[in-house]
Amino acid sequence: MPSDPLVARHVLEFPGGYTRTTGPVIGRFLSELRARRIVGVRTKEGKVLVPPLEYDPMTGEPVTGEFVEVGPAGTVTTWAFVPEPRPGHPLDRPFAWALIRLDGADTALVHAVDASDPTKVRAGMRVWPVWNDRPTGHITDIACFVPEVTEIVADVRTEYRLQAGGALRVFLRGVERGVLLGGRCDTCAKVYVPYRLTCPECGSAIPETLELPDTGTITTFAVNNLPDPRAPEVPFVSAYILLDGSDIPMIALIGDVPAHEVRQGMRVKAVWVPEHERTASMANIRWFAPTGEPDVEQP
Amino acid sequence: MRDVAIVAFAQTRHTDRDTGLTEPELIQPVIDEIKERTGLRRFGFTCSGSCDYLAGAPFSFVSALDALAAWPPISESHVEMDGAWALYEAWVRLQHGDIDSALVYGFGKSSLGDLATIMTLQLDPYYLAPLGLDQLSYAALQANAVGADRAELDEIIRRGRVDGRRNPYALDLPDPEGEDVAVRPLRKTDLPPVTDGAAAIVLATGDLASRLNPRPAYIRGIAHRTEPHYLGMRDLARSASAADAARAAGVGKGPVEVAELHARFPHEEVILREALGLPGDTVINPSGGPQAADPVMATGLIRIGEAARRIHDGAARRTVGHAAGGPCLQQNLVTVLEG
Repeated sequence: MPSDPLVARHVLEFPGGYTRTTGPVIGRFLSELRARRIVGVRTKEGKVLVPPLEYDPMTGEPVTGEFVEVGPAGTVTTWAFVPEPRPGHPLDRPFAWALIRLDGADTALVHAVDASDPTKVRAGMRVWPVWNDRPTGHITDIACFVPEVTEIVADVRTEYRLQAGGALRVFLRGVERGVLLGGRCDTCAKVYVPYRLTCPECGSAIPETLELPDTGTITTFAVNNLPDPRAPEVPFVSAYILLDGSDIPMIALIGDVPAHEVRQGMRVKAVWVPEHERTASMANIRWFAPTGEPDVEQP
Repeated sequence: MRDVAIVAFAQTRHTDRDTGLTEPELIQPVIDEIKERTGLRRFGFTCSGSCDYLAGAPFSFVSALDALAAWPPISESHVEMDGAWALYEAWVRLQHGDIDSALVYGFGKSSLGDLATIMTLQLDPYYLAPLGLDQLSYAALQANAVGADRAELDEIIRRGRVDGRRNPYALDLPDPEGEDVAVRPLRKTDLPPVTDGAAAIVLATGDLASRLNPRPAYIRGIAHRTEPHYLGMRDLARSASAADAARAAGVGKGPVEVAELHARFPHEEVILREALGLPGDTVINPSGGPQAADPVMATGLIRIGEAARRIHDGAARRTVGHAAGGPCLQQNLVTVLEG
């Protein structure tokens, strides 16, 4: 409080709380809550009021005394999102207030919905109560409501051992010595890289390898904003590169250039790791970098 | 029915902070002003509206009588509601026929505590108050149920503040800026300003009315209606009770030149315009309305006073004053005034 002696703090409080009798209708509702059930009361017109009142607010008639179990799930009819909860609110993190029409009820219950941001709440959504660990017969025996289960997260993970045999082994052995190996199909007159044993178009065998230069042209590319183990800094660019003398582009990272300067037709050259670090792996090529040559118009 | 007219209206220059005046000190100048303007020192009946929780002092409304000169004993009553309901009680009292004048006043210092928390105390203590449901939260629930166009709400706020700056009694607030969320969908700029202030009205009947004011504002209709307190038991998107009160008061029986609406949040104005069936050419809240000054427990009475003032100064012939109470416009009082 301010140190000004003319300003004082004043607290209005009922120490220990203010005791109120519940009457038979609200008392029944709160007792049922303590037993983790939600009940409404039927009016003379047959409507089910939740929470129950002693009188029908529309007609003023006493209610019938017939209690009906409702919910526990319900449907949100309207809501408001609280980004900064106040002391005394049901949750101490951002949440939504909602009017919830419980299944079997004709009126809506006011309560909190545990939702971390406003995009997670909408009218019509289905919600279920979360009960307090120790119900005492109080409206807060329902700690809050949470969205109905509509999805689950399933873990998927299995491990494999992959071995480069056949054509891939030949290609990677080339990469180990700093050479990109392709192959030419004599029938189709097309050069494929990486090297493969047969032509994917006509099926002819490709018995010989063909050394290709490590320069080429970008045919298309994508700017990626999600980090990847091979490119931890975002954004990074992955591109199709048509190596000089080949007919099929291969995919590789582009580096040494800002993402927004990468373009189709740009000339690039592989950046190899130093010779003593090389292995039989594509990690030998750090990325492709621009050569500075003029762009190719129709790669 | 006896003809009852509003013959004088006075209000404080409302403040956006506590000036340190006690409630009697806040009221006294307004009472003095209205006594001076009417020349009346005593009234047939006196009724006030206030809320002890605002000052956090039980029976603070009794202390407020110190501002009145209440000795020898006066005939007096109080409502723990907006002063507009005190006016209704005074109007009923005047229908008895044995007195011909009444003093009505309302006052509130909302600066002393946290109004949002204080307003929680008016809620049902079994189902709502234990949740800590505060006035911004339940207003936001209603705003979402209405689903009004944001541009329309922005224009209501902007208009209220522009008009408020022209009103010497209201606060000088800048045009709203920013989109900070209070409780979604309500923005911080949608909230009424914390305000301290008071207002008083003198009612008179028969010859006395025209002796006290050359242009008395006659109450041609006055009615209040309520609907269920619990928010889940009514349609929050409209106000059935405001519509009922408007019908009973006869709002639609003639043109309405000016309507002063107790809309503390912009979506409430949207609801009330529809409920009262106000035509498009009715000027809404030329005083700036609650968006420009919201001395809680006087705000509704000021709406009726402002509607009367348009008739006193000859600017209008038929006006409407509206007051509301309870969460989400639970209670509505509609007054039709004619010159």
